[in-house]
Amino acid sequence: MSNQVSPTETVNVPTTKYNYKALLTDGILKENPVFKYMLALCPALAITSNTFNSFGLGIITLIVLVTTNTAISIIGRFVPNEIRIPIYITVIAVAVTIMEMLTHAFMPALFSALGLFIALVVSNCLVLGRAEAFASKNSVVASFCDGLGNGLGFLFAMIVLGFFRELLGTGAIDFDGIFGFRLFPQEYAIPLFIQPMGAFATLGVIVGITASVSILKNHKKTQKKGA
Amino acid sequence: MEYLSLFIGATLVTNIILASFLGICPVIGVSKKVSSALGMGGAVIFVTVVSSAATWLIYHLLLVGLGLEFMRTIVFILIVASLVQFVEMFMKKFTPALYKVLGVFLPLMATNCAIIGAALINIDRDFTFTSTIVHAFGVSIGFTLVIFIFSTIRERLETSNTPEGFKGVPIALVVVTIMAMGFFGFVGLGS
Repeated sequence: MSNQVSPTETVNVPTTKYNYKALLTDGILKENPVFKYMLALCPALAITSNTFNSFGLGIITLIVLVTTNTAISIIGRFVPNEIRIPIYITVIAVAVTIMEMLTHAFMPALFSALGLFIALVVSNCLVLGRAEAFASKNSVVASFCDGLGNGLGFLFAMIVLGFFRELLGTGAIDFDGIFGFRLFPQEYAIPLFIQPMGAFATLGVIVGITASVSILKNHKKTQKKGA
Repeated sequence: MEYLSLFIGATLVTNIILASFLGICPVIGVSKKVSSALGMGGAVIFVTVVSSAATWLIYHLLLVGLGLEFMRTIVFILIVASLVQFVEMFMKKFTPALYKVLGVFLPLMATNCAIIGAALINIDRDFTFTSTIVHAFGVSIGFTLVIFIFSTIRERLETSNTPEGFKGVPIALVVVTIMAMGFFGFVGLGS
């Protein structure tokens, strides 16, 4: 962990001009909250055994993150510094409860599949982390973009994890009947990947490979400079 | 006997980290040294048991009576956050030595999903008050067990020869995979 920069340190001192495009796109690949900063690991591991559920929780977290980031950037300057964390947590808990009730009402199947993990968005370190590190210090529009960018990054990570785990674990992808395909027969699938331990393995290998690729790239760059 | 099987089930079979995926961030984050892992484990045991008892009482005596069950997420997270704050202040005043050992891990516990997760599971599974205490104790002992074993392995990993890209967190995740496979062998025990 020592070689990683904590997300609080990457936030620049607020300037009058924001690079909105960077705020929106950095979170997806370059600064991905899951693959790069190891935030929000619990939901990213627990419910990614199936692509559709991962997508569902990804969307719920995205909406919560955008709402709370926007709300906290509005109230941020009025909140006394000593009690800011309980206030942020309350704002997040309100957004999560609303999402929980909406999912229960309109998508009961998804609600029962995700179970506890909708309520646990409240203790998702990504949501509180962005509130504390970015939204409390920056403008409303910038916080909205930051929430959207990080939410999309989380959604992307969830889909990647869910896709590989479902594909390797069952040999096929079934996106709630909307689309799906079978790559190889069920007999050749590795059930390990849809069981809990497969989640750790998939995430570890993905993070390891991305780190290896970036090390290789840097290596090539320095070689070119040397030659 | 019933409580013993509940305890073993919560500790080993449905281990909070390896089977339920709660509280992974602290396990990855503060498992580099055995001493800090044990400090974190101790703090989690205390806060989980006390907050499970408090949330159970408030849910059954207050929220159910008022018909406000849907408010549980908001109320529980506030209970956990204020309890963590209270424990921090209490320790600072009365047990400064222990406070120094735990240091930064105390405030981190407000976003530890193992604690709020245990509180929500107690309600979802309709536990009695005694079962809630036993379950919370089992869950947090399971957390401490895993974070302790993991930290001993990680101290060794530091000096071992790992591929460049896998150093640090990726190899730790692969180690957790193997540990989870080991704990998978407990399925069927105690339930």
